[in-house]
Amino acid sequence: MIRVASGLRMVLAAFALAAFAFFLIGPLVNLALWSVAERWYTPYKLPVVYGTRYWEQVFRPTGDAMASLATSVWIAVLTVLLALALSIPAGYALARLKLPARAFFMVLFLLPQAFPSVAIYINVARVFYNIGINGTVFAVVLVHAAHGLVYSVWIAAAAFAAVDKDLELAARNIGASPLKTFFSVTLPLAAPGIIASGIFVFLESLDEFTGTFFVGVPQVTTLPLLLYNAAMGGNYQVASITALILLVPSVLFMLFIERFLRADVLAKVGA
Amino acid sequence: MSLSQRNLALLLIAPGLALVAALFLYPLCFSLISAFTGPQGGFSLQAFGKAWELYSGDVVFTVVIVLASCFFTGLAAIIIAGTLTLGENRWIVGTLKALYRWPLFIPFIVAAQCMRTFLAKNGLMNNSFVSLGLIEPLQAVSYLDWRGIIATFVWKQTPFVALLLAGALASLDRATLEAGRNLGASRMRVLVELALPQVMPQLLVALVLSFVTMLSVLSVPMMVAGSQPTMLTVDMAFRINAYGDYATANALGVITYLISAGAAIIYLKRGMAKENTP
Repeated sequence: MIRVASGLRMVLAAFALAAFAFFLIGPLVNLALWSVAERWYTPYKLPVVYGTRYWEQVFRPTGDAMASLATSVWIAVLTVLLALALSIPAGYALARLKLPARAFFMVLFLLPQAFPSVAIYINVARVFYNIGINGTVFAVVLVHAAHGLVYSVWIAAAAFAAVDKDLELAARNIGASPLKTFFSVTLPLAAPGIIASGIFVFLESLDEFTGTFFVGVPQVTTLPLLLYNAAMGGNYQVASITALILLVPSVLFMLFIERFLRADVLAKVGA
Repeated sequence: MSLSQRNLALLLIAPGLALVAALFLYPLCFSLISAFTGPQGGFSLQAFGKAWELYSGDVVFTVVIVLASCFFTGLAAIIIAGTLTLGENRWIVGTLKALYRWPLFIPFIVAAQCMRTFLAKNGLMNNSFVSLGLIEPLQAVSYLDWRGIIATFVWKQTPFVALLLAGALASLDRATLEAGRNLGASRMRVLVELALPQVMPQLLVALVLSFVTMLSVLSVPMMVAGSQPTMLTVDMAFRINAYGDYATANALGVITYLISAGAAIIYLKRGMAKENTP
């Protein structure tokens, strides 16, 4: 009797797991199917004609997708550079120097993430429009950097906090200047955490839709905007292929994040 | 001239703060002032009157969608994290562990595109149900409305909440949990009565973050459910793009701040409490 009950429980658990897998993976499978469906209409449950015609259309050097991909990557690279240029000094100050009202400053960097952002973006767009930079790559980079700053500042502060102070003291004792100590001891040791924060900011910028929608349109078209336009225009193939391109860095990041972000750094985030 | 450490710290932090001030604090103040200013200037609640008259239904809709999404996200995360921590079947735990994180870093806009095709009347979900004989072809309905938004939010946010929760559960003292099991409590009971109360702070913080995130998303309600009623983010974009009506859009913005304020206060209180503990 007990064996029957436990067998039944196993079957139920396996069934629940299968249902979970279906709802988790199903939407992604649907996306992949659409990307290779040259013709697919009701009442057919699967594509009628499979093919790579739309992939060729998307990857044509003159195609919109390649131009949008280039714009997206360019914006993301500039965003990372700007965010790191601001967050490395800020992170160092927050982790290592005596700063009055430190908790207040930490919260201040968090705020752009802790507020619903649409109302902020519409007013940023208005200001940018007035000073004539709306619709430029520069404007989009500024918006993405402000958004990514919480990750880069908080993770950089955690990475600097995780660096052993004795190593810095040792360098100072053998005669290194504070600046030399920073560049030859502190920064290299904090680098894995800072690289991780850079990757995070890069991905956030690549995936960002709302800010670009208000500040970049119509001159700047990033991949998420291309995806949105294709989807709303009913071109599910181009939308799905663009979505798959956007998935690649996200999935790679998920697989590699553990290598970059060490547990001792993670434990100090927000501390 | 040598700088004091305090001044050096302020100098190093200033450029970052300047960017936050210019691109967050200034527009925030601007949205507040614009929402409370009448057409002739001066203090006025006119924009709120108009916002409420046109969009009160969407305010309620937004709150219900976000609360329901948080509820189901929390429930799914508890089931996943609970199974990962207390599950005894290695095969099930292993499969779940390999699967559950997939949507974690997937952008909202990609999630929206996935669901747009998956949940449609002739999407993969309905087609699979018909093929399995679970429903008749005529029973297939489109879920591209409020149900689609909730499904997308839960699909996207559950891994994040489950990840934080599983981390917190894994760091609990195993001895108490084992003791509960040895005394004859079921795994369900150990999870609900012993483990969950200890990790409530982490669950709460993860859900508050998810709450504000969902409240800010524009792509999902636009792509998954375009028609009325819709979420406030779509209404704001519409007021700006169609009418250039900043006053009403900013009034709606202030309403979203107020909705998230409750959640943010809980979050900040937790942060401050943590800051004060030695």
